[in-house]
Amino acid sequence: MVSIMDIATLAFASAGVAFFVAGTLGLLRFPDVHSRLHALTKADNLGLGLIVIGLMLQAGSLWLALKLGLVWLLAILAAATVSQLIARAALTGRPHTLSRSDP
Amino acid sequence: MTPALILDLLLCVLIGAVALSAVLARDLLAGIVLFIVYGLLAAVAWVRLDAIDVALAEAAIGAGLTGILLVGAAARLRRRGEGKNVEPTRGMRRAFGRAGQLALCAGGTAALIALALTLPRDGAGLRPLAEQNLAASGISNPVTAVLLNFRGYDTLLEVVVLLAAVIGVWSLTPDRFWGGVPGLRQHARPDGVLAYFGRLLPAVGFLVAVHLLWAGADAPGGAFQAGTVLAAVWLLAAMAGLTDAPAVSSRRLRLLLVLGPAFFLLVGSMGAFAGVFLGYPPSVSTASILAIEVLLAISIAAMLSLLVLGVPRRLP
Repeated sequence: MVSIMDIATLAFASAGVAFFVAGTLGLLRFPDVHSRLHALTKADNLGLGLIVIGLMLQAGSLWLALKLGLVWLLAILAAATVSQLIARAALTGRPHTLSRSDP
Repeated sequence: MTPALILDLLLCVLIGAVALSAVLARDLLAGIVLFIVYGLLAAVAWVRLDAIDVALAEAAIGAGLTGILLVGAAARLRRRGEGKNVEPTRGMRRAFGRAGQLALCAGGTAALIALALTLPRDGAGLRPLAEQNLAASGISNPVTAVLLNFRGYDTLLEVVVLLAAVIGVWSLTPDRFWGGVPGLRQHARPDGVLAYFGRLLPAVGFLVAVHLLWAGADAPGGAFQAGTVLAAVWLLAAMAGLTDAPAVSSRRLRLLLVLGPAFFLLVGSMGAFAGVFLGYPPSVSTASILAIEVLLAISIAAMLSLLVLGVPRRLP
């Protein structure tokens, strides 16, 4: 017996997975740091968000749903900060000692 | 085949593949990043095995802390121009070296498999014994009861080993910086995103650490996990330029480092006078364990932060 909730969860989670697949594809195929970041942030923010919404519907309690939401919020904050830092490091052309991969 | 089994099999394949690519990676940094991914996947595997305590420790220490220590070591090597020196020697020596490594790894794996096969099938181990005596331990999470009561000396020695590691790192200090400030000076933009993040996250992280510590009494969590979270948010604040590391000659810092192990030893010695070393009187065992955990978490946070910062590199 499949309820409406289950169908909604499936729809949200599948949409989230689609974002992750697209983001990963972009990470692998795009030519430079900024366009790769652009692809990756969509996966991180929207993909994770859609999956979290799908899981919230299955949480069973409001408390657990709120905790899941908090996980998403923290992930967004961390992703936004880190992608800013990476983008700035790539822009200044003075890469951190570690990000230099050429010999 | 149930979906859960498919997920577990997929996880096994992924862990094997990531471990293999971490070993085979040509670039040092790529190998380290793959090692961190391996640690995170191992943490997921521990969750699948219902060992949440181990999963938390693996994610925080196995993947997070070890990963950042390795990244720091790789950066140091590269600064000195030694990082690219991973190209092995050629010819016969190389072939023999490779064969030796292969034999060692294959032998180790075979020994582990043989050992795993000789384990009893029911695999209850000492679990019934721990559960029988849980009421006497003063704590309702069996893992915490084992770590801080039944086998408290294991935890005590672990913390002492960490302390010894910090002293070992300090002993590599160049003479002119002895007693100085560990780590490099951070140059974060005062109005940048990192400064904002560094102000926001420590509040959340502190709450999480207190929760992990308090929950450790009757749910997965404990001093090591809480200490790692505290160390992580403090390091973030330091990276954002909001605070700076104290000089290693600072008396307060050294007090902070020995606070946990010293209190643990003190309580343990009082137990020795009462009969058993590291045995707590049942009437105060809950209070003793909680006090030890709080102080241990603080000391562990200080030790881990100092391990990440490394040797003193500037004068105070």
